[in-house]
Amino acid sequence: MFRWIVSRDLTLAWRRRADVLSTLFFFVIVVSLFPLGIGPEMQLLRSIAPGVVWVAALLASMLSLGRLFANDYYDGTLEQMLITPQPVYLVVLGKVLAQWLVAEVPLVLMAPLLGVQFDLDSRTLFVLFISLLIGTPILSLIGSIGAGLTLGLRGGGVLIALLILPLYIPVLIFGAGAVDAAIHGTSPAAHLYLVGAVLVMSIVFAPWATAAALRISLE
Amino acid sequence: MLSAKNLECVRGDRRLFSNVNFEAPPGTFLQLTGPNGSGKTSLLRIICGLMQPESGEVLWNGANIRSLAEEYFSNLTYLGHRSAVKEELSSAENLRISSGLVGTELTRNEAYAALERMGLKGREELAARLLSEGQRRRSALARLLTCRTKLWVLDEVLTALDRAATGLISRVIEEHLKEGGIAVVATHQEINITAGSFQRLELAS
Repeated sequence: MFRWIVSRDLTLAWRRRADVLSTLFFFVIVVSLFPLGIGPEMQLLRSIAPGVVWVAALLASMLSLGRLFANDYYDGTLEQMLITPQPVYLVVLGKVLAQWLVAEVPLVLMAPLLGVQFDLDSRTLFVLFISLLIGTPILSLIGSIGAGLTLGLRGGGVLIALLILPLYIPVLIFGAGAVDAAIHGTSPAAHLYLVGAVLVMSIVFAPWATAAALRISLE
Repeated sequence: MLSAKNLECVRGDRRLFSNVNFEAPPGTFLQLTGPNGSGKTSLLRIICGLMQPESGEVLWNGANIRSLAEEYFSNLTYLGHRSAVKEELSSAENLRISSGLVGTELTRNEAYAALERMGLKGREELAARLLSEGQRRRSALARLLTCRTKLWVLDEVLTALDRAATGLISRVIEEHLKEGGIAVVATHQEINITAGSFQRLELAS
């Protein structure tokens, strides 16, 4: 069943490619605006790079979260998903996995390329890549709670941002901290372990909270 | 057996219905009627466990459906008036995915056979957004041909269907009742069911 959810969402995303690309372009543009605005001051660019890339990733993930459940909600598919013989936890996990693959992975792959604009060396780019790779699933997982809670509400998009962005703060601090450590030549391991810990926690708890949120939203 | 005890439903500050009781042993066709806004859809959603009643309980073989949860859902097929057909997917894909989601995987040929019986032959691979309203409804109803559940909950599924399709659905429901299934159906249209035992539940406004 899990497999069906993931493959279904991937198929749907492929048929609505424009949505996916808009998230990626948003990320690319926002990150690229900073070097253009600040000018060729290498030292400054290097020191703001981790924060800029990570904040852009947070905002980009906000863009795609509104769509996570909305389409399924309006055509009645979500109701069907809540009454399948499998736990709703798995349904949510499947949808979040598909969302991550579609919306976040392209962004993770693009990030090292964008990092070059900030004069980051190859080791730092690698740390940036790794920190986003284990950090972005957290964004999808925590974001799914907000998407579930704001389902069917008018102005849901803004509300998601208000609900979820504060919860992203730990990921932002440790994710950007890892890259920062790499820039200053120290080991990013401690930060990455913490991001990993948050990831494990959110895999365990977030789908469960999202499932509860969906049940409430569909009442 | 599906039964309901003293169900009460409140939406906002309006009481839609209270004291709804029924017992539907295997082979029962339970028709739900009532004017618009009398709470038919709410009652069906309560029966499906999608909504909690204000008071009372729904029982499946004597046990509360809330405690059965997934075990109950494996006996249930619900078709709401939002048809759960994805516009970007073809009829065959829609059918195979919705069946896969509930754990009854279909081969391509099985899906084609069901769609052919629903009168969608030759349109199996057409995106659902290109189908007419009635054809989309037919494609959603194809699930009834492939599911192996005991309890069917159908909410106004006959809207937009022509007479031939309505007749076909009646026969499919009759087959289901003969096999000991239960069907709970909300509809305004006359539906001609000759098999099984017939019950009507009227919700007052």
